[in-house]
Amino acid sequence: MNAVTEWIVVALLLLGSIFLLVGSIGLARLPDFFTRLHAPTKASTLGIGGVLIASCIYFSFDQNGLSVKELVITLFLLITAPITAHMLAKAALHQDSPPLERTRNADLTATAKDRENPTQ
Amino acid sequence: MKRLLPHPFLTLILFVVWLLLNNSIAPGQILLAAILAVVIPKLTTPLQKTHPTLRKPVLAARYVLMLLWDIVLSNVEVAIQVLGPLRKLNPGFIVIPLDTTEHLPVTLLASSISLTPGTVSVEVSKDRRHLYVHVLNLDDEAKTIATIKQRYEKPLKEMFGC
Repeated sequence: MNAVTEWIVVALLLLGSIFLLVGSIGLARLPDFFTRLHAPTKASTLGIGGVLIASCIYFSFDQNGLSVKELVITLFLLITAPITAHMLAKAALHQDSPPLERTRNADLTATAKDRENPTQ
Repeated sequence: MKRLLPHPFLTLILFVVWLLLNNSIAPGQILLAAILAVVIPKLTTPLQKTHPTLRKPVLAARYVLMLLWDIVLSNVEVAIQVLGPLRKLNPGFIVIPLDTTEHLPVTLLASSISLTPGTVSVEVSKDRRHLYVHVLNLDDEAKTIATIKQRYEKPLKEMFGC
């Protein structure tokens, strides 16, 4: 593996780690359940994406053959991450997890919970 | 043929993905991939609903690229919001009226909304006419709804022809 590829791998790993760190910081810092939901579900897209692409490049050069399983893993993550977020949000609605006080249109949670159309 | 392979496209995808995950084209793996690719679609057929077929594959490819780019851009945006002062955040719920009520396009739209940071789909109404979305920083409600409809719903509707 030459120096240029090594630098690219390092850059991607760093970038991915930074976004994963930001996701964790967000989970700790944000004030209510619904805003917290944003940080970790997002970190998994770009953060894990960066780490997996780095892994893909590293093993492709290391083992003399294209390593594409990381791309498949990325695809799985992209498909499953929104479903996790959706199930968590749904659970929060049914637990009546209170949204932050200044949340706009907070009353929408009442109709959302029963999957009714909004009353407007 | 139809009975053996109820979903030829799904069979093809399963076959390729199995080989990719194992990173091997050894005869044993090919045999295993072939068996799984035939058996899994047959087992899951009763679970599947009929979906509208993809009419415009080129548009779909462009949509995926656009979505990936949006994910990168808005990840940076959310990172800044998360690390910045939280007092400035104005979270809120919005309702997006849907123009299509087919299962697949609505699912894809909800997933796209959740994948692009700053918005998470919370719930969809029973008749699939309204999508509830939580926005991390809601400045202009009408503008956010219009952007989502224009940028994501319109191409999705177009590519499935509904």
